[in-house]
Amino acid sequence: MTFYQYIAEGLFLVFVLLIIAGSFITIRARILMHTVLGLAVALLGVAGIYFYLGSMFLTLMQILIYVGAVCIVLIFGIMVGSTPTEIAEKTIKDRKNIFLAVSAAAAAFFLLMISILKTEWIAAPAQVRDFSARHLGESFLYQYCLAFELISVILLIAIVGAIILARGGQENKGEPSS
Amino acid sequence: MEIISTLPPELIRMVFAVIIIISFIFLNAIMMGYLERKIAGHVQRRPGPMEVGSHGILQLVVDGVKLVGKELLVPVNVDRTLFRLGPILSFTPVILPLLVIPFSEKLQARDLNLGLLFIVSMTSINVMAILVAGWGSNNKYSMFGAMRAVAQSIAYEIPILLSMLAVVLMANTFSLKEIVGAQQKIWFILLQPLAFIIYIISGVAETNRAPFDLPEAESELTAGFHTEYSGMGFSLFFLGEYTNMFTVASVATVLFLGGWHGPTLPYGEYLGIVWFFLKVYFLLFFMIMIRWTYPRVRFDQLLNFAWKYLVPFSLVNILITAVVIKL
Repeated sequence: MTFYQYIAEGLFLVFVLLIIAGSFITIRARILMHTVLGLAVALLGVAGIYFYLGSMFLTLMQILIYVGAVCIVLIFGIMVGSTPTEIAEKTIKDRKNIFLAVSAAAAAFFLLMISILKTEWIAAPAQVRDFSARHLGESFLYQYCLAFELISVILLIAIVGAIILARGGQENKGEPSS
Repeated sequence: MEIISTLPPELIRMVFAVIIIISFIFLNAIMMGYLERKIAGHVQRRPGPMEVGSHGILQLVVDGVKLVGKELLVPVNVDRTLFRLGPILSFTPVILPLLVIPFSEKLQARDLNLGLLFIVSMTSINVMAILVAGWGSNNKYSMFGAMRAVAQSIAYEIPILLSMLAVVLMANTFSLKEIVGAQQKIWFILLQPLAFIIYIISGVAETNRAPFDLPEAESELTAGFHTEYSGMGFSLFFLGEYTNMFTVASVATVLFLGGWHGPTLPYGEYLGIVWFFLKVYFLLFFMIMIRWTYPRVRFDQLLNFAWKYLVPFSLVNILITAVVIKL
């Protein structure tokens, strides 16, 4: 192995370690804030894996969107919301919630396992496909156009839902806000 | 010695680049701190620092020594891990953007073909640092400062990205070097004046500086998110802020002011850095002058300005750009 290969393999291990450690913090932390930061670490590790696989564009997008935007919005929600520890104490002891959580996690796990086991894993060729921004953009707007547009509809629904939720919590609707 | 001889030259080059950049960050912070205090002094018709060295030129060196020597206080009821993590998190990502900025035709640590995206994604981590610091301090003022910082940076990230996108559309690349290369004949500030204005306004807001310095508004929040920090903890935030300003100004130079282009110098491939730094420090001087000239805006004014004026204008700008390019 050349020097660069050693560095690459070492980085791969670091990224995997980041994902595992981040996920572990996400599950085990007692404070919601730590949970989200653990999630951010795990997502940073995923960005590292993209980097290892040679797609700079996906790496940067992962950092920009997941670490830079999604996690920050989550933290913002935590800061504005009510005291996190009390909620955690109350809901964890509820039996129905435990059942729901376990079954949801198990369903997701089995779905993923089925698709992993069914896939025929082919060793990657020396020259992998082109993952540059240009190629990704073209395949989004030609090959996967429908899926791409459907995702934007989901985002629209999410925004409308957020507005309705925010409006619903507001009292004395008729008066002007200022 | 064996290991050193087998090291790839590219790696050695990167290590040297990182060392140079980190030392430049400290130098830049010292210069900017001195400039800021001097300009503030003259704007307010007083001399500013005068005692240490000629015209107080060594004042910031002495201040630096003082900050390094100070005790690192950790208040009693704070979240210790996050409190320590905040300054580190705010300082680390600000180093990385300087790796891809082309200071002159041949002075660039690494030419990524997604350089602009790299800078944007690295600076987006900065908000996380402010949040961690603000929440970890367990102080109401810090918390308010952090929440303001988030609302502000979410609002101003959109116009700043859209104004960058207009330039990317014109140059047809994300590589900073190629963007500068595309301005050989005419600078983009002449073709995209609206995008430049939007970029500068949002850039000042993104770096949390007056008149948009609500996350650290002294009159209402003591010092905002870094109220509880002392010594090096505070200085890392300070370094981060000045480096962020430098990054914003250099990206503006690259995107709109033609980067290293200027009247021809001997060894132009390297000495283009003179023009680059002149433009960058002119923009930084401009940002400092704004800070000491205009009063702080109110928070609703700040958000209204972003969502009601900057975002629509930048959208229209990008639409017109796209149409004109396609025609």
